[in-house]
This record gives sequence, structure tokens and C-alpha cells, in this order.
Amino acid sequence: MSALTNAFEAVNAAGHKAFVPYIMAGDGGLHTLRPTILRLQELGVTAIEVGIPFTDPVADGPTIEEAGYRALKEGATLRTVLHELASFREDITVPLVAMTYLNPILAYGVELFAIDAKEAGIEGVIVPDMPLEESGIIHDALRFAGIDLVQLVSLTSSAERIQKLTAASEGFVYAVTVNGITGARQAFEQQLADHFAQLASYTDKPILAGFGISTPEQVQSLSAISNGVIVGSKIVDALTRDDWATIEALVAASKTTISS
Amino acid sequence: MTTTDKKGYYGRFGGQFVPETLMTALQELEAAYDDAKQDDAFQQELRYYLTEYVGRETPLYYAEGLTNALGGAKIYLKREDLNHTGAHKINNAIGQALLAKRMGKKKIVAETGAGQHGVATATACALLNLECVVFMGAEDVRRQQLNVFRMELLGTKVIPVEKGSATLKDAVNEALRYWVTHIDDTHYILGSALGPHPFPLIVRDFQRIIGDETKAQIVEKEQRLPNAVVACVGGGSNAIGMFYPFVQHEEVAMYGVEAAGSGVDTQQHAAAIHDGKVGVLHGALMYLLQDENGFIQEAHSISAGLDYPGVGPEHCYLADIGRVHYPHITDAEALEGVKLLCQTEGILPALESAHAIAYTAKLAKEMSAEEIIVVCLSGRGDKDVHTLIEALGGGEQ
Repeated sequence: MSALTNAFEAVNAAGHKAFVPYIMAGDGGLHTLRPTILRLQELGVTAIEVGIPFTDPVADGPTIEEAGYRALKEGATLRTVLHELASFREDITVPLVAMTYLNPILAYGVELFAIDAKEAGIEGVIVPDMPLEESGIIHDALRFAGIDLVQLVSLTSSAERIQKLTAASEGFVYAVTVNGITGARQAFEQQLADHFAQLASYTDKPILAGFGISTPEQVQSLSAISNGVIVGSKIVDALTRDDWATIEALVAASKTTISS
Repeated sequence: MTTTDKKGYYGRFGGQFVPETLMTALQELEAAYDDAKQDDAFQQELRYYLTEYVGRETPLYYAEGLTNALGGAKIYLKREDLNHTGAHKINNAIGQALLAKRMGKKKIVAETGAGQHGVATATACALLNLECVVFMGAEDVRRQQLNVFRMELLGTKVIPVEKGSATLKDAVNEALRYWVTHIDDTHYILGSALGPHPFPLIVRDFQRIIGDETKAQIVEKEQRLPNAVVACVGGGSNAIGMFYPFVQHEEVAMYGVEAAGSGVDTQQHAAAIHDGKVGVLHGALMYLLQDENGFIQEAHSISAGLDYPGVGPEHCYLADIGRVHYPHITDAEALEGVKLLCQTEGILPALESAHAIAYTAKLAKEMSAEEIIVVCLSGRGDKDVHTLIEALGGGEQ
């Protein structure tokens, strides 16, 4: 079984929910990658999503987009980030998930990327501009290297798509919880609960909620209906201000969530 | 209706490289478009607006002055510059706006480079009572002030994009982001033969009227097909519209002219087929100006409408199989093209179209007086006067 699935199931078996922070590699300089990852590990996060900056990040909101532009100025590329991660590979104790747009992988060379990523501790890959239909372009190389290709499921995905996406996703299922849906928060919560119940009915894989989760209360409410959460913008923002109290509060919220 | 097979490929190019949130919208769009394509009432409504409102068909004009000045092949101009709003962009904007109404979408988002697609979309939205938001690179807002003001007059909200190179590529990024977050009530009117399937197909279908008319007109005037067809290529919408009906006629040579900016041996150009590597941006696998890290490079051209680092997937395919040639023309040569057409024909071409004119000037001289070239004059140059004053002013030319 995959290292990612193992990690999430171990947390759930212990009665907790998973917590996965997203960091933008190279924001603040590549040298910050090691201390940031080690400190997040100490806080007891389940896995870490490592964002690779890109010149045209169409799937990111303004906070992560800006962090990415800063990282580019610091010289962060797919190559330099993997190199940096590999340099302290033996200190990394949680599985890493790389989030990168497709073009840097294509430019790197798909097979070479898969080998180098595995050596850098990458257990899963998320490619936000590559839907299931197009995943053949990198899937074989990742499978050969033993890296999971994680699929995103959105609120706009049809039931038939959700079935195919959950069946195809490896490691875990990444459930996107926003796409600009407005309306009463109450109604939205009921809709989300139904959505996660539907997802769970299709798969036994861990289901993680991500996008738009920024408060301890949201961590708890979304953890209650899933196997755990991914927190991106709020973590990236806190790291730029060196505000570890905010990060600790988010991680703590996930640990106190009662399993449903 | 849903499927997880890959779709929209031209050879190895194209596809649907978009976030999952957009996949359902693309599949809905594809279904709605397939349905509209078969529907006589839709086609009739489209034809009504193209005839009565846009002013089609556009003339295929024998450019005798230009022909005589060059002393080679006989040159015809397909006068897309005479369309309402001044360029070919309205053909697609009206088509997609009608499609949006049919899908029950009340709001439109679009990107624009030179502003011609923005103006065309703003016009179609004013005509058909749709709300419209246009993203435009801040650099282009500066270069194309006239078009910005026109869009605002038409009731469209123009949002300048300061990010990246502040040109067309960045405007597409923002339009895509906007579409992802307003997917329920908004249709994205993409203006070029770019982006994820089915956009390259839809744009080509709405633009092929250029080539279809040209073919009928040249046969009527000359009782034969032309020897060569020339069009400028940024994303490639006017070119694919002109070329598509001629692809099957192997005897017709075709030239898609890319923008060479300061020269293709500098970093300051937009010639993606000439100098790009295969990659993915804005939903499609295509030739793309990029560095060794896969980061997208900024394109450079005096013409805002050609200032894009990629090129439509069908053009990439036509280049690969050798059916269409893709030469390039520099900023300086394009400016000469502007002057040449002004002086020989009394026509001020758009800077984009001037690339096609400048290449035709080279090509015609190598051909005989019995041979025929058709040039797609995709737009008029009124919008470029500000840029032309900067580039040609001072009398040193």
C-alpha cells in the first residue's frame, strides 16, 4: 500500500484526523525549506504538500500566487527544490506530496522527474492543470517510480466523474471544497456534508478536504465529515510572518476533532 | 454525457489541460455546441447577425496598387477590416455570445490583447444583453487606450492585469481564474484558436467563414483557387479561419506569419512555432516559448494581438505535417508593411495584419504575374495610431 494511504490510515486508526499543511517551496529562500519542514513534522502533521512555483499558476488564489512569484525570484525551480529536499532526505519523517503545474514536469523530463522526486521523499504528486483525461502523459512514469498520482474532485464534478476520479486517485482523494459557491453558510455546510457522504460511498481511500480552509473552526467542521484537511493559503501567509502560533492552533484543531 | 477519454487533439497537440473544476463546464459547452451546430434555428440566427449587423460577406478586393508596386503575383485582400468593430474577432464573439444565451448563461468573461476581441465581445454583449467583464494586460491597456474606452462605452468592465508581463498571457490567466470561480452563471468567450477543447474547434468553426467566403469569391473572380494564402498568427484565429477550407487543396500553399519582434535571434519575439518547445499552457499542449525549467517566457511584439508565447494546437499540427509554412516578420518589417499598404492602397492595416502584408511583399516578388496570393487583412489599424506615432514619429524613418 502507498506510504500516503498508510500515513492517513494510521492517524485515523489512532482516533485522529489528518492534517496536511501546504508550503510554497522557496518562499523566503530555498534554505528555509529544511527548518520549515522539520518544525511542521515536530507539530505532528500527517504529511506535507510542497508547492513548486510556476510563472502562470492559474489554479491558485492570490496568496499562493504571490508566494510563488517570490519563490521564483529566489531561484526556486522544480530542479532546485528537489535537489534541496534530497539534501536532507534522511531527516524527513512524513510523506511529501508535490504540487506542481504540468509544464515544469514536461520540461524536466517525465521519467527523470519521477526518479528524482522519489529520491527527494516525494510520495505523491498533484498536478492542478491535468485532469484525469490527460493523466496518461505522466502516469506510467510515476507508477514505475512508486509515486501516487492524486486526483482532485470538485463540487462541480458529476456523480459519474466522481466515481471515476475516486477510483483512479492514488494515496488519497483531494476534495476541493470551494468554487465560488455563494449562499447561506448553513445550506453550504449541508451541501458539503452530502458531498463528502457521496464521496465516501464510492471509495475506501482517505478523503481530504482542501481549498478555502483557514480557521480552527473550519478545520474541525471539515475534519468531522472527512479523513482530514489540507490547509494552504493560511499556512503560507502565517509562514511569511513567522507566525507559528496560528499554525499550531490549526494543527491542534485537527487533533481535537471528534471522529464521526 | 461525461467521459474520461482524452479529447480535442490535433496530432499530438491540444487536449484539455485544465483544473477539474472546469471539466464539467467544458463538457457542457461541448454538448451545447454540438447541439447548436445541428440546429437550423441557431445557424439562421447567427447568419442573420453576421449579415445584417456585422456586414458580411466582406469583399475579396483585388489590390492593384499593391500588386503593381511589388511587381509579382496578383494580390487579393480579404477585407475582414471592414467588419463591424474593425476586425475578424466579431465573427467568433457573436457566435459564442449566442451560444452563451442558448446555454442560459447571463454573464461573459473574456481576455483581450490588442483589444479587438475585447471590443468585439463587449459589442456582442451590448447587442444581446449580456453582462461582460474583460481582462486586459496593463501594458496593453496603455498601448490600446482607444479600445479600452470603446469597451467601457459599450458597458463592459475592463480589468487591467498587472501581473507577469502584463500582456495577453496574463489576461488569459485572470480570465480563467475568474471563470473557475463564476462557473455557474458565466461563459468564457475565448478569442483565439487556443485553450482547452472545445475552444479551438469552436473558434475555428466560427472563423472558417473567412476561408469559405474567400474560396467562393476567388473562384468567381478568377475561376480557380489561389496559389498562396497568407495570414498572421498570434494564437491563430484569423489564420485558422482562412486556412481551414483550403487545407484539403494541396496545390494552395499556405503561410502563417509569426511575429519576430526585434528578431528571432533575440529573446524579444513571439515566434512560438519557430522557436518554441512543446509544452502546456492555458489548457492545451502546443509550441510554447519557455525556458529550461518549463517556465513560460514573455513574448514580445509591437503588435499586442500577436504578443503571446504559444500558438493554437491546430497550427502546431499543420506545422508538424508540413501543410502550412510559418515564416516570421519583425516589428520593423511590419511597420514597413503598414506604410506600404497605406501608400499603395489607402488602407491602414492593423499591426497584426501588417505582418501578413510584409511577408506578402517578400513572397509576391518571387512569384509570377500569373500567380495569385490571397492575404487575410484581419483588422484595421485605427487602434494602432498611438503606437505608430511612437514608432514612426520624429521623421527618422
